[in-house]
This record gives sequence, structure tokens and C-alpha cells, in this order.
Amino acid sequence: MHEALRHTALRRGAGRLAGRMLAAAVGTALSLAAALPAQAQETIKVGILHSLSGTMAISETTLKDVMLMLIEEQNAKGGLLGKKLEAVVVDPASNWPLFAEKARELITKDKVSAVFGCWTSVSRKSVLPVFKELNSILFYPVQYEGEESERNVFYTGAAPNQQAIPAVDYLMKEEKVQRWVLEGTDYVYPRTTNKILEAYLKSKGVKPEDISINYTPFGHSDWQTRVAEIKRFGSAGKKTAVVSTINGDANVPFYKELGNQGVKATDIPVVAFSVGEEELAGVDTKPLLGHLAAWNYFQSIDTPANKAFIDKWKAFTKNPKRVSNDPMEAHVVGFAMWVKAVEKAGTTDPDKVIDALPGTTAPNLTGGTSEMLANHHITKPVFIGEIKEDGQFDVVWKTEGLVPGEAWSKYLDGSKDLTADWVKLKCGNYNTKTQKCGG
Amino acid sequence: MHLISFLAASNRCRCKTDGRAAPGSLPRSRGRGGEGAAARPILAIACLLLFSLLAGPSIARADAFDDALTKFLADSYADTEAGVTALGAGGDARAFAVVKALQDGRLLADPAGRRVLIDDGGVPKDAATGAVVSPAPAAADLKRVRLNNRLRRAVEAALGALTLRAPDPARRLDAAQAVFKSRDASALAAVEAALAQETDPAVKAALAEARAAILITSPDAPEAARIEAVGTLRERGDQAALALLSGLPAGTPATVQGAADSAASAIRNRLQVWEAVQNAWYGVSLGSVLLLAAIGLAITFGVMGVINMAHGEMVMLGAYTTFVVQEAIRQKAISLSIPGTEIGMSLPLPAALTLDWSLAVAVPLAFVVTGLVGILIERSVIRFLYGRPLETLLATWGISLILQQAVRTGFGPTNKEVSNPSWMSGAFEIGQLAITWNRLWIVCFSLTVFVLLLAMLRFTRLGLEMRAVTQNRGMAACVGIRTARIDALTFGLGSGIAGIAGVALSQIDNVSPNLGQSYIIDSFMVVVFGGVGNLWGTLVGAFTLGVANKFLEPFAGAVLGKIAILVLIILFIQRRPRGLFALKGRAIEA
Amino acid sequence: MTARPLDRGTLVFLGLVAAAAIVVPALNLALPESSPLHVPTYLVSLFGKYVCFALLALSIDLIWGYCGILSLGHGAFFALGGYAMGMYLMRQIGGRGVYGNPLLPDFMVFLNWKELPLAWWGFSSFPYAMLMVLAVPGLLALVFGWFAFRSRVTGVYFSIITQAMTFALMLAFFRNDFGFGGNNGLTDFKDILGFNVQADGTRAALFAISCVALMLGYLVCRVLVASKFGMVLIAVRDAEARARFLGYRVESYKLATFVISACMAGVAGALYVPQVGIINPGEFSPANSIEAVIWVAVGGRGTLAGAVVGALLVNYAKTSFTSGPLAPYWLFLLGGLFVGVTLWLPRGIVGTVQHWRARRREVAPDASGPAEGAPDGAAQKPLAAE
Repeated sequence: MHEALRHTALRRGAGRLAGRMLAAAVGTALSLAAALPAQAQETIKVGILHSLSGTMAISETTLKDVMLMLIEEQNAKGGLLGKKLEAVVVDPASNWPLFAEKARELITKDKVSAVFGCWTSVSRKSVLPVFKELNSILFYPVQYEGEESERNVFYTGAAPNQQAIPAVDYLMKEEKVQRWVLEGTDYVYPRTTNKILEAYLKSKGVKPEDISINYTPFGHSDWQTRVAEIKRFGSAGKKTAVVSTINGDANVPFYKELGNQGVKATDIPVVAFSVGEEELAGVDTKPLLGHLAAWNYFQSIDTPANKAFIDKWKAFTKNPKRVSNDPMEAHVVGFAMWVKAVEKAGTTDPDKVIDALPGTTAPNLTGGTSEMLANHHITKPVFIGEIKEDGQFDVVWKTEGLVPGEAWSKYLDGSKDLTADWVKLKCGNYNTKTQKCGG
Repeated sequence: MHLISFLAASNRCRCKTDGRAAPGSLPRSRGRGGEGAAARPILAIACLLLFSLLAGPSIARADAFDDALTKFLADSYADTEAGVTALGAGGDARAFAVVKALQDGRLLADPAGRRVLIDDGGVPKDAATGAVVSPAPAAADLKRVRLNNRLRRAVEAALGALTLRAPDPARRLDAAQAVFKSRDASALAAVEAALAQETDPAVKAALAEARAAILITSPDAPEAARIEAVGTLRERGDQAALALLSGLPAGTPATVQGAADSAASAIRNRLQVWEAVQNAWYGVSLGSVLLLAAIGLAITFGVMGVINMAHGEMVMLGAYTTFVVQEAIRQKAISLSIPGTEIGMSLPLPAALTLDWSLAVAVPLAFVVTGLVGILIERSVIRFLYGRPLETLLATWGISLILQQAVRTGFGPTNKEVSNPSWMSGAFEIGQLAITWNRLWIVCFSLTVFVLLLAMLRFTRLGLEMRAVTQNRGMAACVGIRTARIDALTFGLGSGIAGIAGVALSQIDNVSPNLGQSYIIDSFMVVVFGGVGNLWGTLVGAFTLGVANKFLEPFAGAVLGKIAILVLIILFIQRRPRGLFALKGRAIEA
Repeated sequence: MTARPLDRGTLVFLGLVAAAAIVVPALNLALPESSPLHVPTYLVSLFGKYVCFALLALSIDLIWGYCGILSLGHGAFFALGGYAMGMYLMRQIGGRGVYGNPLLPDFMVFLNWKELPLAWWGFSSFPYAMLMVLAVPGLLALVFGWFAFRSRVTGVYFSIITQAMTFALMLAFFRNDFGFGGNNGLTDFKDILGFNVQADGTRAALFAISCVALMLGYLVCRVLVASKFGMVLIAVRDAEARARFLGYRVESYKLATFVISACMAGVAGALYVPQVGIINPGEFSPANSIEAVIWVAVGGRGTLAGAVVGALLVNYAKTSFTSGPLAPYWLFLLGGLFVGVTLWLPRGIVGTVQHWRARRREVAPDASGPAEGAPDGAAQKPLAAE
């Protein structure tokens, strides 16, 4: 056969083509790489990593807008360290691997000084290794399950002890609740919160048969059976309450069903940890009067700082009906802390800023002053609000002072001996029994 | 001031008279209730005369009412509760107006003026005198008296005690139910008095239950009365009765406890039967939702063979149409404007158009809007892809992404509030089965849509032409049917039906850009399970899946139940590869 | 009768991938960061991810382009392979998790689990995990396909039930009780075979291995479709009943292809996980599977190389659209791309090029022999004609 002959001819042709395409590929890579130094250090870049499309856009888009507003405001004040701030917005599209990819892009390609972002636990877990590896800073603004303290992450949302436990205490004291339905969406935040609450309730003498735990999938929309079941569970002669860790989208049909089946707050109150002003914006709240939510911020809280913020927010979004909510306040506090820490450190160098952050204080919108703790969580007030007819909350109870966030819950077997301290111990999971830093 | 105490005294007197009369009225026959009522004013006048002579003691009573009112000034839940309880127990005639105002959020405290006002349709009236306050105090000085859940319960109990003998039977019924819930032992005498005079059988039963609820939980009541109360509650036989019977206070005598236990287990058994009925109903209701979601797809996918991934977005557009209609009704005007400019116009809407009518407007509008969008999609994209069903999948998937993002850009990513009209709110009971109005209407609505669609396909010329084109395009063209036009209309019809499904789904689910995504897979399952190209299959498929799901859910939980259903569908397709009702002959496969 | 497996197109393709496998890691590792030719590590991982998607697209093209079976559940095989790899990586963390439990992964400690579930046994061994990467998707495909093909579930019915399959798996994996980390999935990996997964060298190596896997996958597909087996597959695609009447066991052919394709998807998933650092039930979502089908359609169905081109192109577009000022509008662009391709490029990019070249050859017959990439003419025929 003339195989050999054909082969050389072929190789030559293939080689030429391959060469051309390789050149093109390298060219693309180059142009991607070359984009980096194009904009010299005239600005300080701030990464915004919130989903603008996909299922989480419903919650996260608002946070992107808040960040843009805060950055604009800071620039109006003259920027930071004499430079303007520049927001870099990316869309991780509610896709968890994409969160990691975009985080990497923000840090390596855009060279941002800090990133404000993520909503779900899984998105945070997905970007964690990236922030550790590339040594950058993430501000995470959403209430979460705790059990984590990382050097590169600052948790400005509530830990379970800043939301769940005060809420349950309130129900026990004020409403004399003896029987509990822990209703959640099946993911890690409800699972952990319910584990903590279960242990806590049992430590308060609640019998196991008086606790019912149930999980439904994401976006569960047919609540007939569950609401009927809650009514049944509540008919055992003891005052019953529902502790809801139902996630965003599933709440609207849940509350609609509660309202229609006539479960009133005076009979079986529902206290929710994931339902804020945004979520209620999609519901007719008249039948929900009196159901509760526990947060560290409510739009209805009457302080000058809050009023000023809401006015600015409405003006910025050009929407007089726009509501504000708890994670937004977390970003406000987190951003203020970051600005202070950068000013204190005199640089945006991550190591210096990370060291400067603990101990930094910033006024929150509810009249107090939050402080970044050594475990990278912040101090927060806890409010219990009852749903009003207009979809806002009426604060019926609040903590005396500010509650420090605890990274590790003392009610869980795995974490009761752990503590986090990035100032003295330089460790996120220090085991007080074995006196060792794990991980 | 004198006049006030005077009036207070007279009222107090009236109640006292009633209170005194109550035990005596027990043996009275029902017919004499009217007489008692007629006698009341005379007694009141007598009292008035009596107390006008003895004005001194009246001041103490008046102080009780005023004291109660001052409690509302403190803005403390504990004080407010004390005030409400005092008003409920005191029985002052003005108490009702005050407590009612408190319940409605119309009670205003004026701490500076040390007085409590009632907001009567914008006019501030002094709660103590009922006189209009002028000049009206500045709004900033007034504080709405706030309620929490515990207080709301106290308010309900107080209102119950105060309205047990209201002239309106509906209000008496509410009052009796409020007392049943509060089981306030101090209301026992009032309940018994009311019971003796009651003529309305429903209210009478409610009062008897309220009395039973008080008796069964009060340890001092005689044993016989408590056992009788168990019987009454057993008759009632619902979850509230079960709650009472299974939560007796400690130290209850064994006889009462025994009777209660057996009653409770009887109620439990009865409730179990109802639970099965309930599951069936829930299944039907879920089935109707699935039917609505799938029926449009049964046209576009089932009849036309277009794998329409944008189907869910048509549903979403229908839901947003509902939102737009409701928003226009709330604004009382249709506003049209070009975003970012000042150019726009506003057409007023008739005032009679309330939210209750919103769905009547939204259904045809959603049909037209989504139908037009459907026709547009068919004309611009899908008509080029006939005969390549799997490529329509790709194109419609792209369209669905575009539509989602368009809605997200236009309306914002957050949920939109779509409220239930009053006729779709709440529930009614058949036996122990609570049926919510919105679910019932959705079941009716889905069946109506189904029947109309079927009739349309069978009896109209358009339907005939549609069937002709889908069965044999070439032949249809030969007999003069304009197939391209029919294609567009068929796709528009399927889309339009998806749109009106969106109107219905907006009543039970989120109205957000993601709405369609959550129904698309279920819709495909229903159509495939029922048999592509057969509307009856879709109907049967939807209800079968709905009921099966709801019977599995209590045992397996929502997630496992759904997984089980999916596995069952997969296995079922193995047995009958073309679904429940397979189309014979030249199938949709092409 | 059969086409040569190693025709010119194949060689060009293999050469390109091999060049990428060498050049990208070399530019990343050998050059200093300041060099203009340096490829940053994040791009290496990004390209690695693209290559894994390309392998997934290839597996779909094999079953869809040559056998006419549209699977809307290939994401499930991809994710299963990913989970097998993820489980190995989780076990490698050992005592370095936040709770310091040497046996149990963090999420199990978190949920108060006391012992390792049965499904996790053996995953500390790399060979066992690699076996599972192939075996789990392969077995699922075997069982699923055996039932489906035997009862002659075809066309859209098959597509929809594969969608049901991946949806059911997604729901199952979302359950925390299922024992695979629930919604959070598996993450925070440390080592693979003793190498730090985050080290530049490991990333470069993973990229190179992914390229090799893609080359192998391409070769397998090429050999399959160019053999007699492949001719039968095309016969099944174009006229299943006729092929059956000719005496071919159509089911067996379909089943074998489906299983091979599923194993390829599993391998793609396994390589994907260490490079992106997370595997989560979201990978099972039906939307992901549909998207993968779209890559194939964009590149050109039934052309193998087209699947790869489509996957690379769409994902590159996605990466660039989701950053910068276009971020809020990228779904418009992506959606528009899908509509545009189906309308104006029904053969896909590579298919169109091939078609165009074949036509040019018809006009001026050339010495280079029969058309390469034989199936192109047939590929555009609707699946319809049963």
C-alpha cells in the first residue's frame, strides 16, 4: 500500500492546520491574560458574586443592587485610600461550580480586593477552596447554619444562635409553646438548624414525641398534605408552634395554603427564619397576620439610620415600593467594616485587611454598633417580628443587647468542643479538649 | 366627668342586672327570651334612677373602665393584656367598641393627653366618651396600640365574652367559637345564660361546645358535668375536640379521664377515615393542577409533535398577565408608558371593577396574550422546523431562556403579589374535610377548560381542520385547508391554554420568572404517561398521578413520593411504550 | 465497506487536542507569571472543564448522532461518574476535615452519623473508585436501556423517560438521608493520589489527562462508527424497522452504544469534579442534560468533532457572557444562539462545513477519495422515518 506516502502528505496538511489553530488558541489565551494589567491600579475593585439569573436570582439580584449603591455612595464620599472603587459584577447563574469559576476569575483576572457574594450554603462551600487558595476576602451576608469559620470569609449574616434559639425562647416564654413542628426544606441549613433546635428543646425538657421534624424538596408547591398534617399534630392538646426553615420559593405556596386552611397565628403560630420582606412581597398577607419571623433587621424598625437607608435605597432603585431586608443590612454592615479595615490597614492587601477586620465596628441600621469578632462572625441584635397586614413586620420582642455570633454550636456533638479565633489562636476549628487546631 | 361616670354606672348596672338574671334564667323556656330582652331597658332605667341617687359608688366602677383604658397608654404588651382582660370581664357597654377597635388596629393611644382614641373611619373619637375629638391631635402624637399573638387571643376571648348575646346570630356564633377556643372559666356563667336563651340551633350547638370546653378543663366542675362535656365534644368530633380531650389537666378523676380517652380514640378512628377522603381530595386537587399545566402541552406537543420546552414560560406569561391586571385594578387605571421616558398615557378603569373580578378579566386576556406570543413563535421559528421534532426542542429551549430573562428584566426577579379574590379565599368544611375554595375552583376550572377544548376540537370547523392537518397534512392541504394557518392557530391555541393555566396557578404558587420551570417536567410526564396525542389520556394521566402522589406522600414523604412516581412512570412506559391511551395508526412519532 | 477509522479529520483533531494537552500546561508551568504568554491557572482549570464537557458532548453525539436516540438524561451519567470521583476525593481528606474525624466526611459528622454507609465502602481505594466511575453509569445505562429498548420505547418517549430518570436521581441526591451530602454535595477536596488538587502542577496534569481522555473517547467513537457496527447503528437510526427485518438485533446494538456512551459520560464527570472542586445534585438537573444536547446540536450532530467544537464554543460563550456589562443579558444571547443555530445552521457548525466541502467536491471531483466523516448526509435527515 502507499500508506506511508499518504501519511506524510496528510501530516503536512494536518500540521499546517493544527499550527494555525494552535496560534489562534494561544492568541485567545493571550488576549484573556493580557486583559489583566490593562487597567492600572487607579481604582480599587470590589467583586460582586450574586446570581442574576437562574433560581437564586429572585433573592440575590437585590444584593447586587445594594452593593452597587454602597459603592456609588462611597465614591461620592471620595472613594477609599484616595482611589475610586469599581464594582465588578459577574453572574454565577445559580450554578454552583460556576460560583467557583467566577470567584477564581474575579480574584485572578480582575484582581478584586474583596468579594461580596453568595447566598446559599452550597455556593459558599463551592467558593471556599478558591478563596483559601488565592487568599482573598469574601463577605457572606446571609443567615446560615454555622459550623464554619474560615480565615478568608467574614460572615455578616446570623449564626444559629443569633436567630433560631432566641426565636424558640420567645415562643416558649411568650406563647407557652410545648409542641414543635420543625418544618424545613431538605438542605443543610434547615438540617443543621433543626438538629441544633432539637437538642436545645430536649435540653429544655421537651419530650421527643412533642417534636416533629419534616423536610420537603426545594420549590415544593403542593402543601395541602403538610398543612393538614401540621393541623393534626397541633391537635394533641398542647400549644403547638411551627418553626419554619422553608427556603425562599416554597414559602409563598406554603403561606397561601396556611391562610386558606385557616391556620391562624393565634392557634398555631409559624416562626420563620427565611421569610423576610422580599418573600412576603409575593403574598397576600392578610390571612398571615401574627405569624412570626426572627431576623436581625426589619424594614419597619424605626431608627434614623434605617429611614435614611430606605430612602436612599428607594431613590437608587427608582422604585418607591422596593423593600429592604436582613441580608441587605448585612452587606451594609459588612461593607462599612471592610472600608474601615482597609483605611486602618492603609492597603487592600488581603493579609493586612484580614488582620485589621476583627475588632472593627460599624453602626447597623437598627441603632446599635456591630463588631467583627475574632471568629469572623459579627455581633447582632435579634428581633422577633409579627407579620402585619401590609407585609411588613411589627417587632414584638428584641434582645437586650447585641448577640455575638457563634461559629460552632454547643448543641451539636461534633462541634461542642470547637472554637474559632483568628486573632490569638489563628485557627477556625480549635478543639478545646485536645488543644489542637483541626483540619 | 360626672356625666361619664353616670353613663358608666348605668351600663354597669345593666350588665349587673343581666348577670344576676342569668342564673335565674336557666330554667326559663326559650320562648321567653324575647320578654327578657324587652324587660332590659326598663331595668336599665330603674338602675339609672337608683344610681343617680347613689352617685358615689358609681365612680369606682367608672374608674375600672378608665383604669383599663389607661393601661393602653403604656405601649407594653403586659399592660395591654391586663386592660383587655379587664374590659372583657368588666362588661361595660363601651368595652365592645374599644376591644373591637383594638382588634382592627384602630385604637390609638395619646400618651401626652392621657387618653385613648378610636379611629372611626379617620375621625378620632374619645374611647371613654365616644365624642369626636377636636381639634384632632397630630398623627405623630398618636400611637397605634399594638397587638401580638397572645394579645390577639385575649382580644378574641374578650370579644367572645362581650358578644355572646349580640343580636346578629353570626356574631354570636363567632363569640361562642371564641369562647370555645379561650376556655375562659370566667365566661361560664355568661355562656350558660346565653345558651338558655339561644334559639339558633347552630349557635346553640356552638355554645354547648363552648360550655363543654370550659367544663372539661376546669378541675372544680362536678364530675357528672364533665363526663357530659366529654359526650358533647365527642359529638363535635374534630381536631379541636380531640385536642381538648387528649390534653386534660393533671388531677382529672379517673372516670372523666376514661371517658375522655375512649372519646378521643373514637374521634381518632373517625378522623382516620376522613384522612383517606382528604388524601383523595388533595390528589384530585393536585391532579387538576397537573392537568392545567399539561393540557396546553397536550396540544403543542401531543397533537402537533413540537417538543415545546417554552411551554412553562407560556404558563408564566399567563400568571404575569394576572399580575398586570390586578395591578391595573389596584391603580384603578391602565397605565401605558415607554420605559425611561415621560411619554405615556393612563386610562381610568370603572370603579366597579374590583379585585374580585380580576380573574374574569385575566383569563381571556391571558389567553389572547399568550396565544399571540405562541403564534409569533410559531411563525418566526417553529414553522421552519416541522418534521424535526428534536430540533424544536433546542429552539424552544432557547426561546424559554429568552422569555424568562425578558420577564426578569421587565418585571424584576422577585415574586409578584397576586392576591386571591374573596371568593377564592378561605375554606369550608364537609364533615371533617376542609376544602379550600381556591382548590375547588381550580378543579372546576381545569375541568371546564378540558371540556371546552374537547368540544372545540370536535365540533368547530377550526377543530376539524386542526385534526385533519395533524392526521394527514398532505391530504388536508389537497382539500383546501390552509395548513400553515392552521399550524399557527393550533400552536396559538396550545399556548393560550397554557396562559390561562398560568392564571389559575398564580392563585396557588409563586409568580416569578421561574414559575414555568417548576411545571415543565411534570407536564411532560403527564402527557407521555397519558399517551401523546390523546386529550383523554392527559386527563386520566393527570388525575392518576395526582392521586397516587398524594396517597404516597403521607407514608413516603414528599421527596420519596415524587421519586416513586417518576420510577413508576418509567416502568409504566416499559409496559406500554405509548402511554395509557396509545394513538392507533399513524402515530405522533414522526 | 467500512470507512477508515483514522482518516484525515480524525488525525487533525487528535493532533490539535494533543497539542493543547502539551502547550497549555507548558505555558502555565514553565513561563513566569509576568510573561505575556503565561496561561493563568484559572484558565487551565477552565479549559479543563471545557474538555470534560466536550467528552460529555461526544458521548451524546455517539448515541444521538449515530444511533438516533436522544437521551435527555446524559447529565445523570456524567454526575454519577463525578460522584464516584468525589467520594474518592472525600475519603482522601481523612482526618483533615473541620471536625478531624478520620473516617467520616464532614457532612456526616454534621448530621451525627456514626458509621460510614455501605455505599461509601471501598472508595478510599483509587482503582475501586475508577472502576465505579465506569461501572455505576454503565450499569444504570444497562438496566435502563435493557428495559427501554426491549419494550421498544423510542423517540420522544425515550427522551422524556431519560429526563424523568435524571430528575428522579436529582431529587434522590438532594435528600440528605441519601448519604451523598444533600444539596451541598461533595466539596473541599484536598488530595488526588497524594497530589494537592489545588496545586498548579496537579491542575495542569488534570487538564492534560482530560485531553487524553477526550482523544481516547474520540478514537473509541471513531473506531465504532467506522466499523461495521457503526454502519448498523446508522441503519438503525435511519430505518429501524428495516434494520430489524434484515435480521439485526436492533436492541443489542442500541444497548451496547448506550452503555458505552454512558461510561464515557461517567469518565467526563470524574475528570470534571477535581477541576471544579465540587459535585452537587444540581448536575443532575434536566436543564444541564438539555444544555449538553444543545452543544452537540450547535457543533453538528453526527460529526463527532462537531460535538467537541459545540461544547467548547457554547461554554466559552457562557464564560464570557456571564461577566462584565453583558452579565444581566447573557441569557438573551445564549437563547438567541440556540434559536439561531437551529434555524440557520441546522447541520451545526462542523456539519455545515462538511456539507459545504462535500458540495464543492461534487462540483469539482477531487482525488481525495470518498467523502470523509461519512454520515454527514444522513445526519440531517429527521429521526422521523421509522
